[in-house]
Amino acid sequence: MTSAVSFQKASRYFGSVRAVDAVDLEIAPGEFFAMLGPSGSGKTTCLRLIAGFEQPTSGSISIFGERAEGVPPYRRNVNTVFQDYALFPHLNVLDNVAYGLMVKGAGKAERHKAAEEALALVRLPGYGARRPGQLSGGQRQRVALARALVNQPRVLLLDEPLGALDLKLRENMQEELKSLQKALGITFVFVTHDQGEALSMADRVAVFNDGKIMQIGTPEDIYQRPKTRFVADFVGSSNVLPPDFVQRYSGQHRWGSLRPESIRVGRAASGEGVSARLVSTNYLGATTKLALDADGLRLHAIVPVGTALPGEGEAVVLTFNREHLHLMDEPA
Amino acid sequence: MRSDGSQSAPLSLKVAAACGLLFLHLPILLIFVYAFTTEEKSFVWPPPGLTTQWFAVTWNRPDVWQALSLSVRVAAISTAIALVLGTLCSAAVSRTKFFGRETISLLVILPIALPGIITGIALRSAFSLADIPFSFWTIVLGHATFCVVVVYNNAVARFRRTSGSMIEASMDLGADGFQTFRHVVLPNIATALLAGGMLAFALSFDEVIVTTFTAGQQQTLPIWMLEELIRPRQRPVTNVVAMVVVLVTLLPILAAYYLTRDGDQIAGSGK
Repeated sequence: MTSAVSFQKASRYFGSVRAVDAVDLEIAPGEFFAMLGPSGSGKTTCLRLIAGFEQPTSGSISIFGERAEGVPPYRRNVNTVFQDYALFPHLNVLDNVAYGLMVKGAGKAERHKAAEEALALVRLPGYGARRPGQLSGGQRQRVALARALVNQPRVLLLDEPLGALDLKLRENMQEELKSLQKALGITFVFVTHDQGEALSMADRVAVFNDGKIMQIGTPEDIYQRPKTRFVADFVGSSNVLPPDFVQRYSGQHRWGSLRPESIRVGRAASGEGVSARLVSTNYLGATTKLALDADGLRLHAIVPVGTALPGEGEAVVLTFNREHLHLMDEPA
Repeated sequence: MRSDGSQSAPLSLKVAAACGLLFLHLPILLIFVYAFTTEEKSFVWPPPGLTTQWFAVTWNRPDVWQALSLSVRVAAISTAIALVLGTLCSAAVSRTKFFGRETISLLVILPIALPGIITGIALRSAFSLADIPFSFWTIVLGHATFCVVVVYNNAVARFRRTSGSMIEASMDLGADGFQTFRHVVLPNIATALLAGGMLAFALSFDEVIVTTFTAGQQQTLPIWMLEELIRPRQRPVTNVVAMVVVLVTLLPILAAYYLTRDGDQIAGSGK
């Protein structure tokens, strides 16, 4: 089966900066694919390469089997939801949504009907006559989504579309985007720096750093079995354990990753384990986050609320199941 | 606008303000009054009598019509040139990054900061060096130098307030370069261009200094008025023309002011 989007050693340099550095990537049709990484990691440039706003310095990109190099954005069957939504302020909502059809030469009645349908799809029916300036952030986001979807793209690109929304709205939109993608069956490529967003929405996640993909996998893969220290740390702030420490528990001299929620904290003298000192506690609502110092190694543990906790500064013993200690591929 | 007396400004301040306004506008009113005087050789106060005959006299003077038509044509064509060049230049400066961008920005604005007499002398010597005979087009060229600046400034300010991803969004939705310009860029900068164009027209219409250096035998309206002041006959004709000039230049400037003021919400609301 042809991939929806395929990168072969694609690179994009800006002067001496390697924004995207020899990236190989296959995105399957109908997939909800997230590109996750800190700012400046190359994820947005990758998205712009797919959209056609950037051309690869070297390597090649194909979209549904067609070579994309040199094809301008307006000849690609790909649409983008922009971070700042980029709605046209001089047009009302209906004409914004119908814009793609208008430039393709569709008649007024036809394009307005399609735009109304798209607005209904994003649950904004009847908002057509308003100006973008009269809408809230969440509503603009939906208009931007409708404006992209009305063109029936084969790939929909979303550039941090939820970044400007407040938490509650963001969570609603996450669910909505997910069900919309399922219903439409369009390939979604989603750029975000929020690991929670990537894990909860995507079928697969690519973790970017320094223009390279550090790891591609299902959210579970990425979270439970990070390949490198960067992935372990960036995705869910795992405890990265140095090889010497890991050797004591697994017998292998490798970097290890231990999720904060896998660590159990007991009082000192309660038996075997890693002895440590409780540095501070952070109440997070459903859980409490503990900062621990195990002989100079800073660790974090997350325990459910209601766990009996020793006082700050007291000695504690840490235990964990051996199978939760994940050994990473990165050379020691 | 306040009506309650306790909050109003002290009398001295009111008098000072009134004097300031009178100082600025009384001379203009005088010009209007003299357009109706019956005395044609010199301006005497008070006017010995009032008449509207000078409007008819002015209407029938071919030299007035020639000067007026030249001024309108020069202003229109200079403005047209300025609209094209100023828009292109502002788009280049605000939409792309290239070596020497700041320098170009400064060089474009310079002609309006430069005294008109410098621009005039520079153009005149350039024309004679290049053996270009003075004509309608040399006047247009001279006026275009400062008209471009006005359009450029207006357009650059508008571009700065327009979200850059809008153009990308348009391309993304299937519009090519021309369609994007026609449907997205132009509607967003239209009021800025209209305002810049009107201002440019008004500037060109009453320009004297650069014109004296770049015109040959032809007379634009302001030049014709200067010449007319020396002649002893039919002086109020100049005043009638002056009234027309005030109206022709004031109205576009007022319109430009209101257009750019209202335009504030247009460009920024999409963000």
